[in-house]
Amino acid sequence: MNAANVWLIPFAPLIASLSILLLGKSRRAIASAPAIAGQVIALTMSIFAFARTLRAPGYREVHNFVWFNFGDQSMQLGWMIDPLAAAMLLMITFVGLCIFVFSIGYMADDKHFTRFFAYLSFFSAAMLGVVIANSLLLLFICWELVGLASYLLIGFWIERPSAAAAARKAFITTRIGDMGFFLGILLLYHKSDTLLFYDNGHGCLENAGLLLLGASATAIALLIFCGAVGKSGQFPLHVWLPDAMEGPTPVSALIHAATMVAAGVFLVARLYPIFSAGAINGVTTSLTIVVWIGVITGLIAALIAVAQFDIKRILAYSTVSQLGLMMVSLGVGGVTAGMLHLLAHGFFKALLFLGAGSVIHGAHHEQDIRGMGGLRGAMPITFATYAAGMMALSGVPLVFCGAWTKEEILHAAWRWPVSHVPFYLVMLGVVLTALYMTRQMIYVFDGKRGPAAHESPRVMTTPLIVLAACTVVLSVFLTPAWPWLDHYLLGERAHVDLWKIFDQTILISLLLVGAGIGLGVFFYREALRGRRQDPFQTAQPALFRFLANRMWLDELYDYTVIRAARMLSRIADWLDRYFWDGLVRLVGLLGQLFGIITKTADERGINSGVDETTVGARGLGRVVSSAHSGQIQTYLGAIGLGMLALLLLYAWLA
Amino acid sequence: MTLSILLMVSSALFCIGLLAALSRRHAIFILIGIEMMLAAANINFIAFWRYNAQPQPTGVIVAIFAIAIAAAEAAVGLALIIAIYRHYRTTNVDQLDRLKG
Amino acid sequence: MINIAFFIIAALTLGSALAAATNPKLMHAALSFAIAFVGVSTLFFWLGAEFVGLVQIFVYIGAVAVLIVFTILLTRREGEQLRGFNWSGVVVALAVFAGLVWSILKSPSMSILPPEVSPLTVKRIGEVLMSDYVWPLMGVGVLLTVALLGALILAMEDKRE
Repeated sequence: MNAANVWLIPFAPLIASLSILLLGKSRRAIASAPAIAGQVIALTMSIFAFARTLRAPGYREVHNFVWFNFGDQSMQLGWMIDPLAAAMLLMITFVGLCIFVFSIGYMADDKHFTRFFAYLSFFSAAMLGVVIANSLLLLFICWELVGLASYLLIGFWIERPSAAAAARKAFITTRIGDMGFFLGILLLYHKSDTLLFYDNGHGCLENAGLLLLGASATAIALLIFCGAVGKSGQFPLHVWLPDAMEGPTPVSALIHAATMVAAGVFLVARLYPIFSAGAINGVTTSLTIVVWIGVITGLIAALIAVAQFDIKRILAYSTVSQLGLMMVSLGVGGVTAGMLHLLAHGFFKALLFLGAGSVIHGAHHEQDIRGMGGLRGAMPITFATYAAGMMALSGVPLVFCGAWTKEEILHAAWRWPVSHVPFYLVMLGVVLTALYMTRQMIYVFDGKRGPAAHESPRVMTTPLIVLAACTVVLSVFLTPAWPWLDHYLLGERAHVDLWKIFDQTILISLLLVGAGIGLGVFFYREALRGRRQDPFQTAQPALFRFLANRMWLDELYDYTVIRAARMLSRIADWLDRYFWDGLVRLVGLLGQLFGIITKTADERGINSGVDETTVGARGLGRVVSSAHSGQIQTYLGAIGLGMLALLLLYAWLA
Repeated sequence: MTLSILLMVSSALFCIGLLAALSRRHAIFILIGIEMMLAAANINFIAFWRYNAQPQPTGVIVAIFAIAIAAAEAAVGLALIIAIYRHYRTTNVDQLDRLKG
Repeated sequence: MINIAFFIIAALTLGSALAAATNPKLMHAALSFAIAFVGVSTLFFWLGAEFVGLVQIFVYIGAVAVLIVFTILLTRREGEQLRGFNWSGVVVALAVFAGLVWSILKSPSMSILPPEVSPLTVKRIGEVLMSDYVWPLMGVGVLLTVALLGALILAMEDKRE
């Protein structure tokens, strides 16, 4: 699997998607087979690609080609494999495969089963395209395809108005960011004359290309960051992400874990050289903005998550919060830490969402956590795997992969030379994460027995077990004692140093997580014994309402952005109706006047002449048509005589 | 033997073809007449090639192509006659005057 | 000697052509047509274009004449005699003939004798066809295919009726 063939990886799910669409609605039984097959093929090829990157530290291979020429310039596209892409490929294909398998069980009763798998495969293909792109243009194309796929999948249950609205919201909100992204691409192309990332020293991410950017690097980076903000649900464009769980739960898992939101973080990581161009001590304006956006997002989302009751919505806000964390990490210079957290997050967030899907499936499509409870006994496998995911997300140290990456991020934030405020706010976020996850666990699995529930079928629990195992196994590659994955992404060789486990950060981490979980247990356990009222709600009703309503951010947007847009459109409408329309009418009136004049001239002057001509033409036609006897031989004879005349003419001339 | 005698023979053949095409009532004979005229033209091509000292056998090639095209024309023409006969039950061209103006 | 042969061929050709054009019996006329074309191909042989003569025989005697006979048989109806003859055609034909002969006689450059040329081999024709005239050759191939299909469709019985 060299770079020239790496396009086959997204191609496999794409073909699968098309072939499922060709199958038609009736072939439900085999509809999932092409999707699974495509994903397995992509996974296999990703493993080969990954193996190739192990040859040397920092291995990178690109394959560029000319897409089309215009004038003397040529637009080049290309793909690549490097550690970043290979790790993402593995994560996406593997997690995607788990989600696909899970979907077989989850969507078994849905009437649009085939369409669902076609969309899923398409989603996976688009995301794989983003990862392997070696050209910002190709990345953007696939990026938009990801957006399209997310639109189709969030609005999958199109008959529900809320789903359709959520799909529109996701599409339009990300579009706002993508506009900035596109402007960034244009500016980048204007400055550096290439959109290839790596091109034997001429790419825009290589030294020569970065020198061309000069001072405009900040503007380009910020514009491109707009795209990442939209896609990865960063403040202030995060509002679509919680609504996106209107789609089927496997879709939420795919969006939140492997594909859509990862794209934004991946984009920043991929274009990190532009963000850090001209950095002094690792700090640039653009990176600082990334940090603060990340901090704000992480904190806001974590706070909101505490006051939500929808099981998927809590997870959605936790995703937003974790993405903020990743952005902080990228911004403070911990690119590998951010990417590692993205990879680890892909596994455990998929696990959590699939677990939530299993719970919803088992609890007869109940999504409100107050309506659940005591599911531990009914759904032991789901409970165990969900607990593993919860601990990974909360960052329980030692054996869960989320913990190590979170520590890495804390490390990086601590080392940031500008300010330590992000570090403390991130710590607060960690505590909150542990708190709301504990709350959720208690509500869903503990306490009084809720409505009757059943364990999900094997096809759904197996992916859960696999993913849970992965969250544990992955931690082996992430420990500071043997930071293999870290150094793989950095392009260095890893060494084993067992003592590094016992760093002081592990104590901090343990303390934070312990505090979070302890607080959660303290707050909720006792209160939950009897009643289903949230203790926090009773204690601080106003604050709770503020958080439960998502800080009224949606309403704020309604009142500001949307109202302004509506006002503008009303003004435009008024202008259209009265001002422009008046002008047009005036012009029309002039035309009418002219028409009256010409009409008079026509009727009085020209028409009579034309009438005469037509009468003459008709008479002539009658005469000529009488010569058309329909007798072919007469015609032939006429031709013969004509030829004779010509002959004589020529002979006479000669 | 001069070229002009050959040309006169071909002219005679051409005019006999023309006669057949003009005078016979049967549609097939119009076709036969046309074939004769084409053959006359071919004789001219060959004759001009033979009486010209150029190495390139253009006249012969044109004659070959003309024969091929005449064959195609005959096939389509005869098929048309059959179709017309099936439709109108006649092959008399005097009666086939639907295109009369 | 050669001249005598030419005149015999020419007379035979023109005579049978005239018979084909004027014989009221359809079958006889068709046979005369075949003989006239044998004459034409002999003329080609006499002129040194043996290949064209052979093609002429194959195409006209082998195919076109047979087709014509078939068509005559297929379109013959009992009781109907298409013996009509349009005399005005004779006038036109004679006029055209007179014009042609007059213009031939009027141009003195036509009264030349054939130059000595090396005989034209089939190999040479093949080479020329495959090099300089390859596109017309392709075109004629396509034309023949289309004509074949077209004739088939035209002559096919319309099953819907």
